[in-house]
Amino acid sequence: MDSVIEFSSALCLLIGSFLCLSGGVGILRFPDFYTRMHAVGVTDTLVAAMILIGLMLLRPENLVLVKLVMILLMTLFINPTASHALAKAALHSGLLPLLHRRDKEKGAESSNPW
Amino acid sequence: MLIAATLAILVVMGMAIIRGVMGPTLYDRILAVNMFGTKTVLLISLLGFVMGRPEFLDIAIVYALINFVSVIGVLHYSEYSELKSGPDRIEQPRKDS
Repeated sequence: MDSVIEFSSALCLLIGSFLCLSGGVGILRFPDFYTRMHAVGVTDTLVAAMILIGLMLLRPENLVLVKLVMILLMTLFINPTASHALAKAALHSGLLPLLHRRDKEKGAESSNPW
Repeated sequence: MLIAATLAILVVMGMAIIRGVMGPTLYDRILAVNMFGTKTVLLISLLGFVMGRPEFLDIAIVYALINFVSVIGVLHYSEYSELKSGPDRIEQPRKDS
């Protein structure tokens, strides 16, 4: 039973590390602010969930478990809020997404996507 | 496995710093700082488990709150003040790609 729990904890940590690295590659290689934000925002919540669940499986003391659950809940509430505020601020300040920007350069009558 | 996850998070923090230094717009930098803060929370809790001192989780909680407040504060400042007419105001970064 113990080995099963240890194995699933290691699996969760491994998935978390992989998603973390993919988010890092995404923030370096994507061409546009909004696509970068997609990479970071999507992977961040799942990374935090996976790594914290892996830690929860490791240590069944009650107080530590409660603290881990608090960190997980806080991350799940805070990350989407920050992403939303960031996207709203960028859009209001006039930063266009890449596709829309290209349409404008071509001089075509760009259809407003939102 | 704990140490492997710690190393992965450290590598990703380095990537976030690279994007923050070379990000073409202001919002790229804010995004990189936000990602760095989230990864810091995870790094602190992982390091607590690696060293066998789970009391580090308290610091991680405080760090999550500070990160959120700082990101929202900087966004508010850049949206309603003169900061957005600073040096890298939306220069519509690159023409290619």
